[in-house]
Amino acid sequence: MIRIDCPWCGMRDEAEFTYRGDATVTRPGANAPEEAFHDFVYARQNPRGWHVEWWYHSSGCRQFLKVVRHTMTHEVRTVARATETPEVPSE
Amino acid sequence: MLEKGPIGLGNTGRNTTIVRSNYLLPQNHHFYEHSLKLWEGLEQDLNYNAMVSQRGVVGLFHSEGAKNAAVRRGNAMRLSGIDAELLDKEQIRAMCPLIDVDNGRFPVMGGLMQRRGGTARHDAVAWGFARAADQRGVDIIQHCEVTGIDVEGGAVVGVQTTRGPIKAKKIGLAVAGNTSRLAQMAGLDVPIESHVLQAFVSEGVKPLVDQVITFGAGHFYISQSDKGGLVFGGGLDGWNTYAQRGNLPVVEHVWSAGVAMMPSLSRLRGLRQWGGVMDMTFDGSHIIGKTPIQGLYMTAGWCYGGFKATPASGWCHAWTIAQDAPHTLNEAHTLDRFRTGRLLDERGNGPFPWMQ
Repeated sequence: MIRIDCPWCGMRDEAEFTYRGDATVTRPGANAPEEAFHDFVYARQNPRGWHVEWWYHSSGCRQFLKVVRHTMTHEVRTVARATETPEVPSE
Repeated sequence: MLEKGPIGLGNTGRNTTIVRSNYLLPQNHHFYEHSLKLWEGLEQDLNYNAMVSQRGVVGLFHSEGAKNAAVRRGNAMRLSGIDAELLDKEQIRAMCPLIDVDNGRFPVMGGLMQRRGGTARHDAVAWGFARAADQRGVDIIQHCEVTGIDVEGGAVVGVQTTRGPIKAKKIGLAVAGNTSRLAQMAGLDVPIESHVLQAFVSEGVKPLVDQVITFGAGHFYISQSDKGGLVFGGGLDGWNTYAQRGNLPVVEHVWSAGVAMMPSLSRLRGLRQWGGVMDMTFDGSHIIGKTPIQGLYMTAGWCYGGFKATPASGWCHAWTIAQDAPHTLNEAHTLDRFRTGRLLDERGNGPFPWMQ
């Protein structure tokens, strides 16, 4: 069970959350070329290691959280608010 | 053929051994039907008993909407010459009396059956292919991990491995679950995420489930192995991972969906449980074809469909490498369909790999 320490609600089980994918990509401007939109929607680093990802607290406070989680150990290192930029460990 | 560990210990040994071709989209069902035909002659081709058993694959439905979707899929298959048969509630009851057809919450209205579908012995497939390839002159080098792909002027020239460099004009990637990492060695970010899918085996019992049966109101499917264990699984855990193990929320979902469909399952103990890492693409369909780098080819993004695709995946991959152009069967499964918008999204889920 992945447990996420929501900044608003405290420690909660993953079952309360909805996963929303890679949080490192940002939507390009409206006039950006198609290539930029392709990369935004489809190109992924898919790292084996630390991954910054969106978790939506759908059965809780309904806030979007930025979670730094390891894709081999499943350890959750940092849980940040949507507007923050959490630090990603180098190893 | 370079393999970082021993062959057969990756997803070949971690799947639930189902073969079928009951897909809606023509590009997908033509490909999988070719694969199923290759399965039907595989033992003769390889001179190896792969234990292919065409026991039938049936997907149950529990609502009018799901019935319409099953009819549509069955008709799409039949228009392409693939067998599909709509079974009603009483036929389901007669076929497998253990199914709780009159379940109060999810009553079974019927099912879509493909009688030519079934199971095969996964380890035998690995060893049969390995022996046949070896006899035909393929060098299978185990415990040799690829650590780099050398690209010069937009074309591949070789690979770096833990046992030294190898020059090559053409390189094919075939690494379920780890395609992103390998493609990044050539500088490509591919439209793939790695996710884990769990599977389970119960203690051995007498013949109980004669077909492959899929529950329509939750993520659950089941068949019975020749040793007697019930083999079953469900959906993805739903977050990026390379770890070959999943978590308890999915375990609970799979078992409870199984008990809803077949209440007698509650009396059985689980014997084994494991997870496999899969390449999930953004439309739920695979990629076989060329890449932007000359001489680099890939068969990737197999989502849950890799095992049943084994013969045709290799067939189309080999064709594409030999001809430097895709075969008709895989011309739609290109890497650049994500640029051109020609997605193959069977279920219309949108660009979310964890939902495919």
